[in-house]
Amino acid sequence: METKLDPNSIRPVGRPSALRAWAQKTVAQRELLLMTVPLIGLVIVFNYLPLYGWLIAFQDFKVARGISGSPFVGFENFQQLFKDPHFFRVLRNTLAMGFLNLIFGFLGAVGLAIALNEVRVRWFKRSVQTITYIPHFVSWVVIANIAHVLLSPDGGLLNDLMTGIGLIGEPFYFMARPDWFWGINTFFYFWKEVGWNAIIYLAVLAGVNPDLYEAADVDGAGRMRKIWHISIPSLMPVAIIMLTMSLGWVIQSGYESQYLLGNSMVIDYSEVLDLYALRYSFQIGDYGAGAAISIFKSVVSILMVLSVNYFAKKTGNGGLF
Amino acid sequence: MKTIKLGDAALSTILYTGLTLFSLFTLYPFINILAVSLNDKIDTIRGGIYLWPRVWSTQNYAEIFANPHLFGAFLMSVLRTVVGTALGILCTALFAYALSTKEFMYRKLLNGMLVVTLYVNGGLIPTYLLIKNLELMNTFWVYILPLLVSGFYIIIMRSYFETLPEGLIESAKIDGAGHFQTLFRIVMPVSLPVLATITLFVAVLHWNSWFDNFLYTSREQNLSLLQYELMKILLSAMNQSAGQQAHIDESTINIANPQSVRSAMTIIVTVPILLVYPFLQRYFVKGMTVGAMKE
Repeated sequence: METKLDPNSIRPVGRPSALRAWAQKTVAQRELLLMTVPLIGLVIVFNYLPLYGWLIAFQDFKVARGISGSPFVGFENFQQLFKDPHFFRVLRNTLAMGFLNLIFGFLGAVGLAIALNEVRVRWFKRSVQTITYIPHFVSWVVIANIAHVLLSPDGGLLNDLMTGIGLIGEPFYFMARPDWFWGINTFFYFWKEVGWNAIIYLAVLAGVNPDLYEAADVDGAGRMRKIWHISIPSLMPVAIIMLTMSLGWVIQSGYESQYLLGNSMVIDYSEVLDLYALRYSFQIGDYGAGAAISIFKSVVSILMVLSVNYFAKKTGNGGLF
Repeated sequence: MKTIKLGDAALSTILYTGLTLFSLFTLYPFINILAVSLNDKIDTIRGGIYLWPRVWSTQNYAEIFANPHLFGAFLMSVLRTVVGTALGILCTALFAYALSTKEFMYRKLLNGMLVVTLYVNGGLIPTYLLIKNLELMNTFWVYILPLLVSGFYIIIMRSYFETLPEGLIESAKIDGAGHFQTLFRIVMPVSLPVLATITLFVAVLHWNSWFDNFLYTSREQNLSLLQYELMKILLSAMNQSAGQQAHIDESTINIANPQSVRSAMTIIVTVPILLVYPFLQRYFVKGMTVGAMKE
């Protein structure tokens, strides 16, 4: 749809050159172009220019000399990383916490959505939803503070409960125990996000044809049967898409919770790739290794999505693309 | 069949009890923090504050607001959130509108550019170097500019704009409205659900940010945000209780029991969200699902 028909654009002889047509279109759509110009700039600068920084993963990067002045060293940074046993411990932590969050977050969200879908009292359903969304909007700084108060050895609820029922003799310092870190991290992730993650599944369940449930009623199916044979199968397509997408994110999964909940006593279990990259770059001054970690993460992430998608297709469960 | 009916009743009981317990499980930590924050700080050391303060006191809050550094951080957080949200919504709406306009010549190209950003990003270190090279370190704009464009929010808003009846936009054009007028006078007023949703998301993002403060503005104390101050108090308290050499910032705390003040600060950081979120909730479920379902 042209907004204005310019009489000059109707040329009696010949055809307008491609350049002219383009120029006319540009003039006609100047408002739309004006709307997008600042944002094109921002996307290029803040989303695409950092990709240029990937080059330093292949360089012996010196801040003073910049990307153009630093010598290329090939895959040396990567080799150095893969030789470092520390790197594999950090990778293990990243993957372990990523998968724990994925599994518990997914099961919790699906479970909560199914349970809420069974609730017939509207105000009750609404209230539960409102309450369970709250932690999603709160920062990890707040969550970490809550965690420290709850788990504190002097007067924290969990310690009081456990000593109260005689499970432990004296207060236990949860945050200082490396073997508890993954559990604590997963627990607070679950607490923060489960209500929010349930939204998408609730929307799917709300869209299920009610005839299906009525037909099942007629056949004498109980609640459990209806959940098993109607609700869960209806969730499957969306659940598979969500899982496929989140698998790609397993290795990307944040650093905020690990930074804020962790401390020097649990660092062997709390340090994840991004924090490791940060430490490498700022404490040791090796930016190349930091960038190499970013690239490594992206590559693993893409490979994961592609392979999960491949298997989803093979097993006849659709897949993303 | 009687047995099934009985089973259903039992199931209902489990369901309602379970969901009630789960809601309490979600709420308890907030109530607990609130109780600790309103309790006398010396008394708090004795422990055992759960749902209700034992010795009422607003001293913890008074201390925070009396501290010019913390009060400054509070104002900076508010400023960042207001400026960042206003500019962010403006940019998101402009871009989303242009991308939803079918005749737009670069529609496909720009859509493609945006989708790529959802999956590929430079990562921590390249982004840090970029910010440094752009000389954004220790400026207010380091909080605003990198977050102005989010592919995800633009796509949600664009999807919503695309669901609007075409006749609405046609009629505006016939009346002689340009694209800017159409967007601000016609499209935005009828897109309240998605605008409210994205506003909430962007505002929460800005309000909750601390990592850019931590990474990019280390020396410039005037740019400190409330979340970052809270995080510093948390870490120093943690190191103290871990029996290590405490790394205490003199300007931040000189307080006997950090737990009470920490709790009060946690409440101050949380309350603004709790105030706006219930009003926007009815919109965001709608805004989210319309955007997400279309994709």
